Amino acid sequence: MDYFLQQLINGVTLGSIYGLIAIGYTMVYGIIGMINFAHGDIFMVGSFIALILIVAFGITSSLPIVLLILALIGVLIVSMALTSVWGWTVERIAYRPLRGSFRLAPLITAIGASIALQNFVQISQGARNKPLQPLIPGGFTLTEGGADGSGFIVQLSYSQILIIVVTTVLMIGFTMLINKTSLGRAQRACEQDRKMASLLGINVDRTISLTFVMGAALASVAGLMFLLYYGVIDFYIGFLAGVKAFTAAVLGGIGSLPGAMLGGLLIGLIETFWSGYFSVEYKDVAAFSILAIVLIFMPEGLLGKPEVEKV
Amino acid sequence: MSTSQPMLDIQNVVTHYGKIVALRGVDMTVNAGEIVTLIGANGAGKSTLMMTICGSPQATSGRILYNGEDITGMPTHEIMRKSIAQSPEGRRIFPRMSVMENLIMGAETANNPDTDESLKRVFDLFPRLKERQNQRGGTLSGGEQQMLAIARALMSRPKLLLLDEPSLGLAPLIVKQIFDAIRDLNQSDGLTVFLVEQNAYHALKLAHRGYVMVNGTITMSGTGKDLLAREDVKAAYLEGGAH
Repeated sequence: MDYFLQQLINGVTLGSIYGLIAIGYTMVYGIIGMINFAHGDIFMVGSFIALILIVAFGITSSLPIVLLILALIGVLIVSMALTSVWGWTVERIAYRPLRGSFRLAPLITAIGASIALQNFVQISQGARNKPLQPLIPGGFTLTEGGADGSGFIVQLSYSQILIIVVTTVLMIGFTMLINKTSLGRAQRACEQDRKMASLLGINVDRTISLTFVMGAALASVAGLMFLLYYGVIDFYIGFLAGVKAFTAAVLGGIGSLPGAMLGGLLIGLIETFWSGYFSVEYKDVAAFSILAIVLIFMPEGLLGKPEVEKV
Repeated sequence: MSTSQPMLDIQNVVTHYGKIVALRGVDMTVNAGEIVTLIGANGAGKSTLMMTICGSPQATSGRILYNGEDITGMPTHEIMRKSIAQSPEGRRIFPRMSVMENLIMGAETANNPDTDESLKRVFDLFPRLKERQNQRGGTLSGGEQQMLAIARALMSRPKLLLLDEPSLGLAPLIVKQIFDAIRDLNQSDGLTVFLVEQNAYHALKLAHRGYVMVNGTITMSGTGKDLLAREDVKAAYLEGGAH
């Protein structure tokens, strides 16, 4: 039971990170019907920007706690802003000129953009792993285990709490943004009928750009969380995390926002429990088998909307 | 605005879809306060003209003036912010938004930000929409969707309303209801209406002036009454329609 609890905590943490990335996939798919394969690399870029900021400002765990929290919030905001610029630029250069082109064209440039981002970071930052000393050490010990060393020690670290809390807050805020604000309405309108949206005076290109910006901002949050949680990044982390978040988006129903969150959580849990009970080596196989199974038996995903609407 | 200047002035407009010519030099005017109708057979280019006014697709040549301002090359969303609104062909209701959200989308770019007042007006006009305000657009009946499409267009308080085939596929009673509403808006609010219709009889009865389009060009024009009386119009567009 204790072991199970620990896996649950780890799975929810990992799932939060996947969920944040998955939102970017699902929103872009919803609005322009393409899979932005460079999104995982935007997450990686966000992670690097966060690392550079942390190192540049000399943020370490020796800072007083209040100062540390403020510094991390600052890093979060700045890296969201900078990563958004990257997301916006990729859309502007690689996708917008191809709007109205054949369907595969932006998919191909997406793969190109992904490779370009990876290589750029590899060359400019070096190919070696970039470690970061733990910024938020410690945590709660939920069960102590027996005095004789039997039993299992369940830990809930502060960084895990931080990840889960920040993700929850962001997702609530984001859902409200989509459902209640005029920007959110414009996005949903573009998603359902772009031509009609423009007939109502909506600037469709701008709305699409903002969708990329929002996706990139959330991916950069995931990037910082990933950095804090694992303490090591490299130029290649975007690929695996990206494909898993994509799997999460498909599992939840691509185009569905709550679906991306649920899918992220499930992929995180599946991966963690598989590692915990079966085999760490095959955890990616487990995650991607889910992708294949969902695509075969349930292509619209858990919360996906049916394709046909009464008109 | 001077009285001599038409509200909408379409000058020798040519529009292509790829290499296919859809409009072959259309001239047409709509004056402030008028209801003007454009009738013609399927595929004549009526809807293309309607969409060309809105800049989607853009005219290949010719000019479109709105209150004297050249709007020919403008992007659609900028044209639609000039107090022009369109209820398009096929209604294009947002299916996964509620009736209320569809209406609010219509007011998104309104010059007049008083959405509550606009809502009240369209609910007075189409009380059915008020009953259905929380229902999803995609679940409405055809007639209700048409009412919603017109109401959504009215939410921005336009000066010029473009209506594309509002009677298509609707029961005669609902067509009458919708045409009555258009007449009402024109008479009480002075709303200028440009109406594209296949239902020539009702359209010409409602309109002050009408144009007939054949194969991408205007072949006839005149007052609604005159066109209704012409034998060639009767033969081509009113067969069985006048009952």
